[in-house]
Amino acid sequence: MADAVFLALTVITIGSAIAALELRSLIYGSIALMGTLGGVAGFFFLLDAPFVALFQLAVYVGSIAVLILFTVMLVKRELIFKKIEDKRRKFAGIGLMLVTMVALGAVFLDSGIKTITTDEPATDFRDIGTDFVMYYWPALILMGLILAGSVTGALVLAKREDVENDQRAN
Amino acid sequence: MTSELIDFTLVSVAMLGIGIYGLAVKRNFIRMLFAVEIIINAANLNLVAFGRFLPHSGGQTMALFSIAIAAAEVAVGLSLIIVAYRMYQNVDIADFRSLKG
Repeated sequence: MADAVFLALTVITIGSAIAALELRSLIYGSIALMGTLGGVAGFFFLLDAPFVALFQLAVYVGSIAVLILFTVMLVKRELIFKKIEDKRRKFAGIGLMLVTMVALGAVFLDSGIKTITTDEPATDFRDIGTDFVMYYWPALILMGLILAGSVTGALVLAKREDVENDQRAN
Repeated sequence: MTSELIDFTLVSVAMLGIGIYGLAVKRNFIRMLFAVEIIINAANLNLVAFGRFLPHSGGQTMALFSIAIAAAEVAVGLSLIIVAYRMYQNVDIADFRSLKG
């Protein structure tokens, strides 16, 4: 069954996921989100997938979390500390969460997943490289194009208003 | 490795539940983005866990694709937040009513 490292990672991941959504300050919330993403990276290490874990640390904790922090800094001070949520929906949301967890958990516990164990060696990162180059190379190229397109689109979206502001100032 | 597949699956179910709660209850655009990130991470955890236990290298490959696409999604989402914030001076999605039918 689960060992101590797994339990610690579970507490960190689930706890900081709740904190990310419930802490009053958005800045502390985004730092708690970093904890969740780091905890998932720890799970990847436990699953003998160090390549994906380091990718997760570099992309999620390194760039996405920092990007979110910078966006939070652009928001007005009182909005960072203001909790905006639907009070009426709060209990409905908690109910939905519990129903999802119980239903899916029961399905998984009843299914044959419990009996799956493996003694096979972990996937080598060379296999992942082979997969990328041999089978998924069109998807890899498409992914590069999507990334370039989305980042360019994001820059254009964020930039357009500035140009109008400058014109207005002139 | 002592943890089993069902343990990782249950953790990911818990993360999915928390993400759904965030999407349903929160009206802050940035918090909703947090919830989406948590759900995406739950999916990635499932991919890698099943890839490890089945065992198949496809799980890790797909997780890498998913992480890269999520990075693109966050970039676009954050720029949309910045544009909406400039237009409405607020991050409450109830105020973003321009496209309401």
